[in-house]
Parts: sequence; C-alpha cells; structure tokens
Amino acid sequence: QLAVPVAVVFAPGSVPGDLPRPLPFRDVREMENSVNLRTSITSRYETVYRSTTAQEEAALDVATAREADAALRPLQDASLGCLTVFVVPETSSLLPQGISVYVGKHRSALVRAGGGLAALRTRLQQLTQVMSFTASSIATALSDRVPDGQLGPDARRHLKSSLGYEITFSLLTPDPKSHAVDWDIEDAVNRYVQPVLDKLSLVANFSVDSQILYYAVLGVTPRFDKESSSFLLSAHSLPHVINPVEARLGSSAASLYPVLNFLLYVPERSHSPLYIQDKDGAPVSTNAFHSPRWGGIMVYNVEAPVSSQASLPLHVDVDMVRVMEVFLAQLRLLFGLSREELPPEFLLESPGNEGLADWELDRLLWAHTVENVATVSTTLTSLAQLLDKIGNIVIKDDVASEVYRAVASAQSAMAKLATGHLYSAFQASKEAVTSSERAFFDPSLLHLLYFPDDQKFAIYIPLFLPMAVPILLSLAKIVREARQRKKEPTKMD
Amino acid sequence: LFPKALGQLVAALGVRELHLALTQGFWRTQAWGQPPLQAPAGAELWVWFQPTVTDVDKAWKELSNILSGIFCASLNFIDSTNTVTPTASFKPLGLANGTDHHLLRYAVLPREVVCTENLTPWKKLLPCGSKAGLAVLLKAERLFHSSYHSQAVHIRPVCRDASCLAVSWELRQTLTVVFDTFSSGQGKKDWSLFKMFSRTLTDACPLASQSKVYVDISPKNKEKELLEVTPPPASIHEAIVQGDKRTYAVYDLLSPSLFNTSRSLNVQLKWKRPQDSSELPIPVLHAQRYVSGYGLQTGEISTLIYNTHPYRAFPVILLETVPWYLRLYVHTLTIVTKGKENKPSYIHYQPAQDRRRPHLLEMLIQLPASSVTKVTIQFERALLKWTEYPPDPNHGFYVSSSVLSALVPSVIAMKDVDVEHSPLFTSLFPSSDGSSYFVRLYTEPLLVNLPTPDFSMPYNVICLTCTVVAVCYGSFYNLLTRTFHVEEPSRGGLAKRLANIIRKFRGVPPL
Repeated sequence: QLAVPVAVVFAPGSVPGDLPRPLPFRDVREMENSVNLRTSITSRYETVYRSTTAQEEAALDVATAREADAALRPLQDASLGCLTVFVVPETSSLLPQGISVYVGKHRSALVRAGGGLAALRTRLQQLTQVMSFTASSIATALSDRVPDGQLGPDARRHLKSSLGYEITFSLLTPDPKSHAVDWDIEDAVNRYVQPVLDKLSLVANFSVDSQILYYAVLGVTPRFDKESSSFLLSAHSLPHVINPVEARLGSSAASLYPVLNFLLYVPERSHSPLYIQDKDGAPVSTNAFHSPRWGGIMVYNVEAPVSSQASLPLHVDVDMVRVMEVFLAQLRLLFGLSREELPPEFLLESPGNEGLADWELDRLLWAHTVENVATVSTTLTSLAQLLDKIGNIVIKDDVASEVYRAVASAQSAMAKLATGHLYSAFQASKEAVTSSERAFFDPSLLHLLYFPDDQKFAIYIPLFLPMAVPILLSLAKIVREARQRKKEPTKMD
Repeated sequence: LFPKALGQLVAALGVRELHLALTQGFWRTQAWGQPPLQAPAGAELWVWFQPTVTDVDKAWKELSNILSGIFCASLNFIDSTNTVTPTASFKPLGLANGTDHHLLRYAVLPREVVCTENLTPWKKLLPCGSKAGLAVLLKAERLFHSSYHSQAVHIRPVCRDASCLAVSWELRQTLTVVFDTFSSGQGKKDWSLFKMFSRTLTDACPLASQSKVYVDISPKNKEKELLEVTPPPASIHEAIVQGDKRTYAVYDLLSPSLFNTSRSLNVQLKWKRPQDSSELPIPVLHAQRYVSGYGLQTGEISTLIYNTHPYRAFPVILLETVPWYLRLYVHTLTIVTKGKENKPSYIHYQPAQDRRRPHLLEMLIQLPASSVTKVTIQFERALLKWTEYPPDPNHGFYVSSSVLSALVPSVIAMKDVDVEHSPLFTSLFPSSDGSSYFVRLYTEPLLVNLPTPDFSMPYNVICLTCTVVAVCYGSFYNLLTRTFHVEEPSRGGLAKRLANIIRKFRGVPPL
C-alpha cells in the first residue's frame, strides 16, 4: 500500500462552486492495481483542501510562474513524497495562455481553476500521474513478478536499485598518432555532473572515475557513404560495438557496486567523420547512443585540418559542454527519469543545473523502495526454500539475527509507505536489502551444503549389508518354520 | 596514462608502495652474473601502507585478493600463514616520511606458476598495450621459451621535479627474460631481435617521452672490436652499473633518423672471434642455500654467503621466512666465517605459531673480505592434519627464498647521474653515495618432504572390513545356525551330464 499526501491550496477567487464541504477538509481516494495474481498495489491519495495563507498569497502575487515557484518553496512542507497544488483563478496571469497546469521544480504545481470540482479532480489525477508514481512505473519496479506480456518494452530498461553506483568516464583514442586528445574531465565533472550526483545522493552513493584508453577500437568497421562522404554506423551494428571495448574498460577493482560506463570515442583519421545512423537512416543529432543498464557511447568527430601538411598528431581539446550534455541526458535515461507523455496544456519547468526536479527524485524513490521490498521478500523466500530442501544447513546466530533484522526493516518500510513517509520508508528498505543480502550470501551457508545423504549410504552399506543378509535369511527361515509348525498339529490330526 | 585498476586500488586501500613480482625459474648468479633486478621464484608481494590505514591486516587481505583478480594469479592464497612483517629488510624505495615497520607486509608464494595468462594483464597495463612501441616485441610464445622469466609491477611515490614540491605516483613495469640462444641458435652466440622475439620494432609508442634500446657492448679485457652490432648505433652511453664500467649502444626509437633506411629495427650482434668461454666477472656478493639431513624427522638449512671483494668487508641483512611446519630450533643457529664464529650485530626472531604465523629470522651479519660465511639452523618436521595436505603431497613443500640485502662497495667510484638524462639507470641502479650500490639477492627456494600419510587408507579400511565381514562373518554364522538334512543322491545335475558327454568323447566309461 502506497500513500501520497497531497495538499490542494485554493488562492482567493479560484474556489469552485460545488465543494461538498467548506474549506478546509480532507479527502481520501484509493486506487488498486493488481500486479499479478497474488500481489496488488493500493495507492491512497490523501488530499487536504485548504485556502492560502497570507504569505502564500504574497508569493503568488508575482509576475511569472517560475518566480512563484521559487517564492513558494520555503513556505512548503518539504518532506519527500508530498505534493502541493496551488489553484489560481482563471483570470490569473501567472500561467501563460493555453497552459492550465504548470509543474515546478520543487514538488509544487500551479493549476488554473475552471470547471467544477470534477474537472479539478481529473486535473489532480493527471498531475499525480506525472509527479508521483504511475501504475506502470510501479509495475516496472516489480518487473520480476509481473507475468510477461503485460509490461511495455521499457520495462526492464532502468537500472536496478542498488546501494551505490560507480560512474566511469572513458576517452577512447584508437589513433594516438594522429590525435592527441585532451579533456578536462575533472573540471567538467565538478561543474556539471557533481550537482546531479549531489541531488541523487539521497538515493545511492556515487563515485566517479575517469580514464583514457589508447588503441581501443570499436568492434565494427563503419561503412563509407559516398553521398555525405562520411562513415556511418548503422543502428543494427551498434550492439556489437560494446563487447570488444568492454574487455579494455576494466571492472571496478575496489567496490562491488554496478558500474555505469560513459565512453567518448574519437574516431581514427581514416574513419573520420563518423556518424551514427538510427533506424530510419538519418544521422543521429547528438551522435550518441546508450545501452540500458550499461552506459552510453558518444562519438566525437574531429575536423580534418585544412592543410594536409599539418603536423601529426593533431591536438584536440574536447568541448566538454557538448559532451556532458549528452552524458547527463543518458544518465537520466538510464535511471528512468525520462518524461513520459504529458497530457496537453501541461508545462514542465526544466530542472536547471541540478539535473532533476524534486518530484523526479520522488518518483525514483518510490520505484526503488518498492523494488527493494520486493527483492528482500524474494531473497528471504529463496533462503527459506533452500533450508527446506537441505535439512543439514547450520544457521549461525548472526545469520539468524540478520534475517530477523531484514524482516523487521521490510515490515517497517511497508508500514511507512502506507502512511506516506517516503524518506524513512526508503531508508528502511535499504537496511532490509543490506541485511537480507548479508544473510543470504554468508559464506558459512556454503560450507555444509555438500554432504548429500547418499554418501552416508555408501559408507555404511558395504559394512552392514553382508552382515544383515544372513540374519535376514535366517529370520525368514524361522518365520517359515514357525508357520509350518503351527500348521502341522492340524495336519497330523 | 596511469591504469585505472591500479589507481583505484592505491586510492581505496591506502597503499604507499607496492611491489609485485611473478617469476619462473631461478637466476644463476654464477653463470649469468649479477642480476639487474632479481625476484624469488613464484610470486612475491610486498607493500608499504599509508600511516592512515588503521587495520593493516584487513587491507592486506583485500589487496591480495584484488591483485589476484587483476593479474590472474592465485595471490588470494596469501594469508597470515605466509605473511611476515620484516623489521629491517624492505625499506621503502620511494619517498617516505617515517618507517613504522608495522605498515609493511611481505609474502611469497613459491609454488606459483607464471604463464601467458599472467602476461596478458601485465601488458594491458601499458598505455600503448602491445600495439606500438617496445612492447610489440613481447610475444608470449617466445618469452616463455626462456630459462628465466620474471615480470614485475612497482608503484611508488616520487618527486615530480628536483625541488620536490609535488608528489606523483610512479608505476614501473619490468620484464626480465633470459634467452638461451646458445642451444637454440646452432651453437653460435650471435643473436638478433628477430631471432629472439620473432618480430622487430617498427615504431615508438606515441605516448612515450622516451623509448630507447640499450645494448651492452662492454669490451672485456680492454680489447676492442670483439663484437659488432648492426645497425650502427646512433650514440654510445657509458655507465657504471653495479661496480662495473659498462658501455651501451643506444637506439632511440623516437628519433626520426632511425627508421630512415629500413622500416623496421632489427638489432643484431655478431661475435668476431669465437669465444672459448665466457668470462663474466664473479659478482661481489652471491649466496646459496640448501637443505641437509636424512629421514623425515629432522634436517638442517644451510646458507652460504660469498663475499668476493678483495679488501672490503660489508654487512648484509639476511631475512628468512620458514613455514610453521618446519619447526626451527634457534639454539642451533650457528654462523661460521673462515672457521671462526661470527656474531650478528642485530637479530630479530619471531617464532611461528602453528597454523597462524611463519618463522621470521632477520640478522645483520658482517662479511669479511674474500670469505665464505655459513649460516646453519636445524629444524624438525611437523605432522600435518590430513586435510591440510595439498593435492600432490609427495611433491614436497616449498620453503620460500631468503632475501639478502646489502650495500655493496663498488670497485669503481660512481658519479651521480641526472634523473632526467637517464631515468632507466637511476631507477634500476640507484646510488645514494658514489661508493656503494644497493643489491637485493634471493637464494634458491627449498623443497622439503614432510611425513606424508597414505591417503588411500580410508578406502582400504572400508574394503578390508567389508570383505572380512562379508566372508568370515557370513560363513561363521551359517555354520553355526544352519540345520543339515540328509539328501538323496540325485540322478545327476547339469555338471554330471556335461562331464558324461566329455567322457563319451574321450572313450572313458561314464560316471
């Protein structure tokens, strides 16, 4: 059960006429989606309707919606998972023409009043689908349990929830004789990537690495296209590009977190310029592609020098702004923060330097929390099944305490989800996952697994079978004689 | 240019210095002369940690596991039973603030085998890989066709420039190979790059600031024109290496004039006059070690240390690591030089704990000039538990090489060489003052047989017991409990009928 606290604040002049009760009042709406035969998710929207306070009115009194959003931020209850919707009068100039809903950066939205309560309620529902979770996003998080065929193609694309991620930026230079490439990666990471990672630090720990690889070639030879006199990589050869490169990239030596690789490839002089073709045959504008759950690759073309007498190697300074834009967009796609289809008349505020809006972070947290709880229950169930199958396993005390802790944390996570405290639910689910992994992968469990029963038979049977056979045979003879003797008195008579 | 795997390792585990060497074979000092950089047979790993590391043992265990993954070597067998903390022997080679020897760990795995799957990750760490530069020569099938193969990785902090305001990490990868061209070259001592490596050099790595080939053409006994090197070298470099004046022919791969005449560089060396015997100078310090004794209970380890310097005496630090199952008796330790007893000026002995720690013996011995010193110690072999034997217990158990570290006085005074001018020589043969050079020698590893039980005994016991039970018990029981009836003689069973048929053929009356 998932609960979302929503507050609807009416600015003066925007109260619809057909309210069932005078302001302020509460309302609860529940929706149930079933994931599979045994699991279902209930979403509760606890809505509080009230009118604006004086400060909020003053904040709404500004010229544009963006300023209103910025001004409203300190006045809100900024806990994770909550949504605040401000209803402004129909004639208000805050929202531009034709736009009736404006979604801000910080968990608040401005809705233009109009139509009665029912219209307002539909707008609210659309809004919660955008800003909070949707049925499909929760189903994606639980993708292990949903029967196949019900999920869309995007279902298994997003990164699995994990306690931390390692991000590696690699510069691939297959031709160091022609290009001496320089990239100021440290500065670019500090300026562009670090704010996004700071925002995401609630979700997981991130660590960033970078490296330069020389003589690293792509596995595919690009085709030469005469019309544009450039080399093209077609869309169906892209999956073959990654494998040969991955051997050189190296896995993270010191930590166990999943790695996201972002590669920047500077093609060789003989293969310049190189463009990536999408399925329709048109060159991709950003010249980059990403692979779900792995990372992204961008091709950076260096212009050939005007004079052919230029001394090799050419010095190339990579334009980090262009590169980081693409990599950050790929990072958002990998995490599943992409925008789904918006209903008409919605306007989304762009998140600016931080890379993602607060409500996008909330969406991620909802999905990860649900996924964590599902993982915990799967792990503990398989541990229990293992114990049932092999009765010999000795469970040490600390393994048992980890299991208890995992169960307790999972239960508290579910309870907090039901009341709407998203942050503490997420923390509890993280603890539950850590404890369950520690219990399941404990090395002491493996030790006594390999003592099958037939080995015991193999040792004792050669000793006891020759001893037992004569005894059993004579027992059988005794029984036969006893039965004969019992019959004989009757026969003799 | 620094490889990411090692960089992450150094940063995550607080490593100050790391030296890993994988060696196959043993350097025969008497036949081949003093080694430039010797390593003991098997795998050797010694690491200095930063003073900020709190739990050195945990970091050491993680480090050995991660390195075994990076280099495809079974370094994960390094644990407390073969790790020691030497106090005097392995001083840091890079910059060091203080030397608290609790931050040092040293381990040797003498049983480790080196093969091509260890060479491949070593080559992957190079910036140009094996695609350009000198590493093009390193083809695995020729490199392992050698008498001695050693590859090493050294990481240490160095000053970035002469004023030492900034510290940077230096990664040195060394590969030492001894080719036996005499046996593979039809008895002639001429060699060429193509004959040794089956390929030649075509270009230099574009990322290298220096790429040079040095060929030792030192004249012996002041005779010139004994050998000839083709193509003629661009320059000659003279250096004093290990107390000996040596001349090197230099081929600089980065200079454009080298590849003018031919596209590839194949260095060849031809001897003008046939050499009757190669007289290499006897090294000043060399050592031997062997096990003596008979039977499977006791034995004696003897180390012979030779000082062939004519008039200078110098001290040597001897480090011995003996596994716990050879129980050393320190009261039998004797050091004899020229017939007289020689007392070491510093002894550090850490006794072994069964199944937890090996023996560690470190001594500072003064070697008089032109002498042989014999260090002997007796030991007793322990009986191991039956699960502790390796899969081939009758092969024996290895005792890792002992380490001799010394500052050997050199006959010829050495001058200070500029670091930038020849970085190879200053890093390989560092000299703090001009009169002596640092040498680290390793002795042979020992192979010792421990009393080994017969591992087929459980199977034998089961077979014997079950046979006895089945045959004897069954017969006895039947004899004791069977009741006997008298039987009528039957007309004849099958056997009797067959016998009658055969008798008819023979013409003998039937039964």
